[in-house]
Amino acid sequence: MAAPEAGTIGQAGRRLGAAVRKLGAVAFFLMAMLRALPYAMRRPALVWRQVHNAGVLSLVIIMTSGFFVGMVIGLQGYDAFSRLRQEDLLGAGAALTLLKELGPVVTALLFAGRAGTALTAEIGLMRATDQLSAMEVMAVDPMGRIAVPRFLGGVISVPLLTAVFSSIGILGAYFVGVQLMGVDNGAFWSQMQEYVESEDVWEGVLKSAVFGVAASLVAVFEGYTSERTAEGVGLATTRTVVITSVLVLILDYMITAFLL
Amino acid sequence: MESTPARELGAGMFVLLGFAALFFLATQTTNIESYINEDGYLVTATFEDVAGLKERAPVTMAGVTIGRVEKIEFDPDGLNAVVTMRIGPKFNRIPDDSDASILTAGLLGSKYVGIGPGGSETYLAANSRIELTQSAIVLENIIGKLLFRFGTESDHATSSTDAGPSE
Amino acid sequence: MIAVDGLRYATGTGRVIFDGLSLTVPRGGVTAIMGPSGTGKTTLLRMITGQIRPAAGRLLVDGEDVAALDRAGLYALRRRMGMLFQNSALLTDYSVFENVAFPLREHTRLPEPLVRTVVLTKLHAVGLRGAAALMPAELSGGMARRVALARAMVLDPELLLYDEPFAGLDPISMGMVLRLIRANNDVLGVTSVVVSHDVEQINTIADYCYVVSGGRVIGAGTPAELQDSASPLIRQFMSGEADGPVPFHYPARDYQEELFDGGA
Repeated sequence: MAAPEAGTIGQAGRRLGAAVRKLGAVAFFLMAMLRALPYAMRRPALVWRQVHNAGVLSLVIIMTSGFFVGMVIGLQGYDAFSRLRQEDLLGAGAALTLLKELGPVVTALLFAGRAGTALTAEIGLMRATDQLSAMEVMAVDPMGRIAVPRFLGGVISVPLLTAVFSSIGILGAYFVGVQLMGVDNGAFWSQMQEYVESEDVWEGVLKSAVFGVAASLVAVFEGYTSERTAEGVGLATTRTVVITSVLVLILDYMITAFLL
Repeated sequence: MESTPARELGAGMFVLLGFAALFFLATQTTNIESYINEDGYLVTATFEDVAGLKERAPVTMAGVTIGRVEKIEFDPDGLNAVVTMRIGPKFNRIPDDSDASILTAGLLGSKYVGIGPGGSETYLAANSRIELTQSAIVLENIIGKLLFRFGTESDHATSSTDAGPSE
Repeated sequence: MIAVDGLRYATGTGRVIFDGLSLTVPRGGVTAIMGPSGTGKTTLLRMITGQIRPAAGRLLVDGEDVAALDRAGLYALRRRMGMLFQNSALLTDYSVFENVAFPLREHTRLPEPLVRTVVLTKLHAVGLRGAAALMPAELSGGMARRVALARAMVLDPELLLYDEPFAGLDPISMGMVLRLIRANNDVLGVTSVVVSHDVEQINTIADYCYVVSGGRVIGAGTPAELQDSASPLIRQFMSGEADGPVPFHYPARDYQEELFDGGA
């Protein structure tokens, strides 16, 4: 029971120190993964398996969410543009929103929730049950065998999932805007093509690639460094979602500001 | 893991689907035509004022996009702007006496270059120059021009200042 | 085979685990390392396998200083070792067969029929050839440990490390594991290090024992010698008395004083 103010300041300082130290740990972890990269490259089947785990198993949630997000954009966009008597711009508005922002961000958040947590829990459990140690003793580097393929699987999957999300979302907006609200079919697509530049598509791809690296790195790191207990794995899983979500939003702002 | 053809098939199909979606986005949402990249030919035009024109703005003829603005430079000798445009290869029969104007999409929309066809039998070649140009309309200038036109009865299609001495 | 000299190690939180630990493990025998829980027996195994480095002192395995080895050297050394983990540490994604085949697939280019032969031989040795197709989740604790033992043996190591091999086993499984450890040693000539606090089992199997407590070796000898040891601490440990040099009570204030002063 020391003076409460000193305690608060001390605590804040310790937290800051811990955060900086964690950043350093992540950097070391990334370097260790790079060193183990050749091992994983020689075993593409391992990476494919993780593309399956991270990508294919997230596909349903990504497509469902993408369609509904697209439909909401269709409704809201129609409402907003019709106030300006510019309903024809719905296609352009929906495409730009999805390509540049919602596609990459929502996909990364969904990925963190669906695949990221699964990765953290899986690796954390392997650690807690000494499977990683057992590999080390068997002279197999768990970094190359476990961490790198999962990381690469995520890095490959997220941009592809994002493309699927944005495409389905545009179809969702098309469905609501054109089929339900009566926006002209030709105008929907032609206005979209008129205003969307290929830079907008590439901005989305760039963002999703960055988010894919960030989300996969956080998930694998948290699993690999979790406490060796059931509770520790649970906490690491929660941290994966929280850290990835905040990180994605911060990175999103930084990339957007940089590109504009 | 070694024997999971179903998984490999699933992963392969997922990758194909992802690239198909990417292809859809790259081709269906944006207006990529034959003139992208290094195709087509370059044409320059000199404007007094390009206010608001951006690189990659469309170049249109009769309302159809036929090219893009490649670059915009300042000419220190003529004190005006030199706009280089890349025209799609299939639009190779543009009369060489056509004129170029900087127009605005809608009332407050973005600027683009409109080419008005001339009557010549010879066509614009690569790296040739469009002589007749009309600069961007700047609101302040319009007022000045209106006042000027009340005074004289001159043609308001001004040719650019240094267009005269060529040929 | 293993020579430990003046080993010191403390955890990240500052708890001292080893404080000048010295012992030797002769080639070809079953050497037991015993001690109360929490004396760092598992830590010692992790040092022998090079997963953690001592703060001071030397640890030689077959003449090589483990802490001084580079990565390639360490991995080469590890291929000559096998380790049985307390919780078996089978890879949950792989079948029993693939678990045992794992080191072969990683470190050899054996053709598939030969892999099959070797794996089935090892599984047969632990009596689980019939369980080859099962997944680890379908195994009992005793079966999992025998599979892990087959996996540890599959590359025919020179050194086998057993971490608490008897913990949590029913008497039948215990008997099987005991027999397997002994057989490995007698038939294959493997050097075995058994870390355990199971005095009764160790007595039946070990050629030589070290008792570790407080970060150093407090007694050494054959099981029979230790039974007759003059040291009260060793006698307490060997006969499992609740109170003695290792007190029953965790250090605390005086009982009466704490009860009656109202907890101010």
